Amino acid sequence: MTDNTDTGPRSHAQDNAPQWRLENEQNTLLMVLSGTWQARTGAIPVFPKDGLPKTPDGYLSFQTSDIQAWDTGLIAFLWDLKRVAHNAGISLDMQTLPGPMRQLLELLPEAPDEPVHHKQPHTPLLEAVGGHAIASMTEVGVVSELAALTAKGAVQTILGRSRMRLSDLLANTSDAGPYALLIVGIVNFLIGAILAFVGAVELQKFAAGVYVASLVGIAMVREMAAVMTAIIMAGRTGGAYAARISTMQGNEEIDALNVFGIQPSTYLILPAVLSLIITMPFLYLYGCLIGMLGGFVVSISMLDITAAGYFHQTVTSFGIGQFIFGFVKSIVFGAFIGLTSCRIGLKAGRSAADVGIAATRAVVVGIVGVIAIDAIFAVIADVLGI
Amino acid sequence: MPDQTVLSLRDVTLSFGPKIIQKNISLDVRKGSIFAVMGGSGCGKSTLLKSMIGLLRPSVGEYHVGNENYWAGTDAHRTDLNHRFGVLFQSGALWSSMTIGENIALPLQMFTDLKPPVIRRLVELKLGFVGMLQAIDLYPSEISGGMRKRAGLARALALDPDILFFDEPSAGLDPITSARLDDLILNLRDGLGATIVIVSHELSSLFHIADDGIFLDAKTKIPIAHGSPRDLRDTCTDPQVHAFMHRERDDEEGNT
Ligand SMILES: Nc1ncnc2c1ncn2[C@@H]1O[C@H](COP(=O)(O)OP(=O)(O)O)[C@@H](O)[C@H]1O
Ligand SMILES: [Mg+2]
Repeated sequence: MTDNTDTGPRSHAQDNAPQWRLENEQNTLLMVLSGTWQARTGAIPVFPKDGLPKTPDGYLSFQTSDIQAWDTGLIAFLWDLKRVAHNAGISLDMQTLPGPMRQLLELLPEAPDEPVHHKQPHTPLLEAVGGHAIASMTEVGVVSELAALTAKGAVQTILGRSRMRLSDLLANTSDAGPYALLIVGIVNFLIGAILAFVGAVELQKFAAGVYVASLVGIAMVREMAAVMTAIIMAGRTGGAYAARISTMQGNEEIDALNVFGIQPSTYLILPAVLSLIITMPFLYLYGCLIGMLGGFVVSISMLDITAAGYFHQTVTSFGIGQFIFGFVKSIVFGAFIGLTSCRIGLKAGRSAADVGIAATRAVVVGIVGVIAIDAIFAVIADVLGI
Repeated sequence: MPDQTVLSLRDVTLSFGPKIIQKNISLDVRKGSIFAVMGGSGCGKSTLLKSMIGLLRPSVGEYHVGNENYWAGTDAHRTDLNHRFGVLFQSGALWSSMTIGENIALPLQMFTDLKPPVIRRLVELKLGFVGMLQAIDLYPSEISGGMRKRAGLARALALDPDILFFDEPSAGLDPITSARLDDLILNLRDGLGATIVIVSHELSSLFHIADDGIFLDAKTKIPIAHGSPRDLRDTCTDPQVHAFMHRERDDEEGNT
């Protein structure tokens, strides 16, 4: 080898910029470092991958006396050098490095393991669509199985052979019931009032103002009270269940339950679903009454009807069949919201972001599902002639 | 120079609302030392650490970082001082929705003007120090507890702090990993010239690395001894401290 001097990148801007120089004398390399080597300046050079000649049994020592200040930025550079030297078969004379630098550099591997990457397989469109379809079908199966397990837990509870705690059921029920009264009341009152308002404007033209009472009554009993209450509960309680269960998932709390042999379906899901099944019909009744009250307030103030007239018209407007129809719907909505939100919570990932995703998904699935189920009920009712 | 104090507490009382955790704490942490906070479970070690990193304001007393009165300044001033701190929390406290690499990159992105490739290089370096390079693209939920501790340590080193706080770094680790962590801590102290405050129950590790310390008592709620764990083991006559320090010694004699 000829005597030559390989010079690293030089910055003319400041004379204390990090600088390196490689001196080569008969198989003994000398790395001369000078300047300020601080990571935060962003000026730390990268040691080129082909920066060292291939010299088996070569030796490289350091001269660090001109370094003014350094931190881990210098170590980053030395690490580059260490890896390149390893590939070139050159050994570093660590004794020529000051102790602190040596200790840090010795921590770092010469040939780092390849990072473990997340594979994101690319699937063609058709395959992706098919995959999603199959996944959705599977999901229906899983939710059904969960429903079956929960129902089994319910039967066992009735037979006194299960571990659902009454206190959990009470806590869930009071949260889903009494604490929801205010918001359910406000929404249904306004819905009733809006219906009455729209009806009043139109029906007045035909001097049929009194039928506003029928309109509000039928709409609330058949559709609005059940659907609006379910939507509120999907947002309020369904979201909360999904968030709670996915947080438990992240903390390995579900795993702990499973290890003890405590079925999450009985311990967690049953009280959640049951509390909604219990409270939804009551909230439905309450929603109907409040909705009619809203309609009544608007009608009395806008139209020329008496309170007794409104009351009479309301009572005669719908039959018990329609009432049972709405009642059954509200129970189905409650069970649906409880089951899907718990399932979404159980399926969630284990990070903080996953909790947010689970809560959002539970609300969206709950609302869309409730409206879809309502449509199915409408078809069934049409066929049965209710 | 070697006796320069970087952290000092004067007659500090720590409390949560009306509930007093510890009172009359006075201590000085010398530059470049490894300072141990010792005591039984629930005596307030983590609470003391919390107050030293600015998460809990002492109800009484003064806290100085260097020459600055920590709690006298504004929030912005405290944030500046906090950039001198690197903290390893008891449970790692990694941000679960980011990869390990992103966890370490976040402080660099927020508080420096470095370009992404430069940040990536520094992240690799910090992970290289703790031997976790291969986990750079994994999420915290995909690695073991010991790895989470080490990743937390790498994150604590992100901004090249000169004061490091470790809350039970070796709890829950196997003896070999734990011994390696001790060596790593010594290397970091010597290499970076950092000052380290460490909460630990691991006597063997305390005797090995710590050169100063304080012993908190849960019953009387005051510190009952000051000094390095080795000195406390050999000279302290307080029965509490004696019992704490000698359980390990008996074990050692039993093992050999
Ligand atoms: N956020 C808090 N609010 C009220 N009390 C707390 C809080 N955190 C801890 N404590 C109490 O402070 C005491 C000391 O806790 P800690 O510092 O965590 O103990 P350790 O020494 O085991 O780290 C315990 O009695 C604990 O109950
Ligand atoms: Mg603690």
